[in-house]
Amino acid sequence: MGLLDKHLGYRAPLDAIRSVGADPSNVRFDAVLSPTEGMLDGQKVILLGTNNYLGLTFDEACIEASAAAVRQWGTGTTGSRFANGTFAGHLALEQGLAKFYDRKHAMVFTTGYQANLGVISGLVGRGDHLILDADSHASIYDGARLSHSEVIRFRHNDPEDLYKRLKRLGDQPGGRLIVVEGIYSMMGDVAPLKEIVAVKREMGAYLLVDEAHSMGVLGERGRGLAEAAGVEADVDFIVGTFSKSLGSVGGFVVSDEKDFDLLRIVSRPYMFTASLPPAVVASTLTALKRLEEDSDLRRRLDANARHLFDGLRALGFQMGPQASPIAAVVMPDQATAVAMWNALMANGVYLNLAVPPATPENRSLLRSSVSAAHTPEQIEKVLSVFAQLGQEFGLLPSQARQASA
Amino acid sequence: MESVTDLTVRQIGRTAGIVMQRNVDVTAASDIGRDLGVDSLTLMNIVMELEDVFELSIPLDRLADVETVGDLAALINELRARA
Repeated sequence: MGLLDKHLGYRAPLDAIRSVGADPSNVRFDAVLSPTEGMLDGQKVILLGTNNYLGLTFDEACIEASAAAVRQWGTGTTGSRFANGTFAGHLALEQGLAKFYDRKHAMVFTTGYQANLGVISGLVGRGDHLILDADSHASIYDGARLSHSEVIRFRHNDPEDLYKRLKRLGDQPGGRLIVVEGIYSMMGDVAPLKEIVAVKREMGAYLLVDEAHSMGVLGERGRGLAEAAGVEADVDFIVGTFSKSLGSVGGFVVSDEKDFDLLRIVSRPYMFTASLPPAVVASTLTALKRLEEDSDLRRRLDANARHLFDGLRALGFQMGPQASPIAAVVMPDQATAVAMWNALMANGVYLNLAVPPATPENRSLLRSSVSAAHTPEQIEKVLSVFAQLGQEFGLLPSQARQASA
Repeated sequence: MESVTDLTVRQIGRTAGIVMQRNVDVTAASDIGRDLGVDSLTLMNIVMELEDVFELSIPLDRLADVETVGDLAALINELRARA
């Protein structure tokens, strides 16, 4: 008996998906030409599944900053900040983030995943209560496990359900931390943050918002949903990532909480991993400046997001509840989703296949993420491929109905 | 007369059936994963419903030791007694 035998239940579904075409968990790019174009099997494809919201991965200033940093500081830090020291770039990045969010403190992690692990497990522990939106990202669930706190889920985006479950805790001792996301990564829907804040205030709890998919996307200054909803003062902790709008890798938390610095000596995912390499830190800080100074990026992203979402909905596809840079097309079943995903790729459109259990309500989704760097022509091309394949797969109303709609 | 545990087991079966949208036959000995085909996410959804049915909080960390429907019923009854 092999150690991996316990996972054999996944073998048949994985083989079934692989037998149809490409392996969605192992797509191999021959080259990446720009934030919006890559090469797959010798064919040029439009990249529509990269979370590269501001399209900064090939930004000239970011690349130059990165190249300068690698020459000056070397390829890696070869250790953790806790044990092996902090480089000037780490401090500059933390100061830049604190200033951007207008908060007293900021702390940087090596990945976004580790940011949730490190922050959640540092904030709550045995005897505390952690109240999570049911559709939370895996990193939030894993942070919850690492924390050993008492974890309660509330129904997705349902402030009344949150209220009910907080009330149910009664006068049990222990701190209470509510965790929600700005934009949910699968359906692209936004948390009702104003209402959640009202519950938090009434019931007396801390609130953490993960703005991984909303930083640089929502809010006048791009600070995320908390800014857009006008409730920043009531959000105690904001967690985010550098791997989406800022085009690199890493994660962070900002807060005004007192004794914040203690997190640096209790948060194991911060302490026991190598810190971000100088090249990553430098491009991230430059990307943050670009985000702050160029609000046109956000305007273009917003226009592209609406273009794609409205276009797909007008064609007759079943979409998520609202337009955001994440546009999820709901497929009738997994087999159709897999076939459609392969056909899209063969027709020059790369996006993400999302199937249960990674998706809410056991849905099979074609998940796309739009970038500020997409041209209107690219979005039109995507829409025309969707229209053609939607007809071929019998997913759309007949042409006649469309014309009259 | 049914014991408290039997009643809880029956309620777990009913709730699992609602969440999974199919008939679920359970006994206390039913293995939640192997016999009922419940994955970890579905189990969390069943537990969220059971919290409403029994008006109590069932912290997820307590599920680590739950393998059978009987284990889950015992956990619920313990939490009810404490409430």
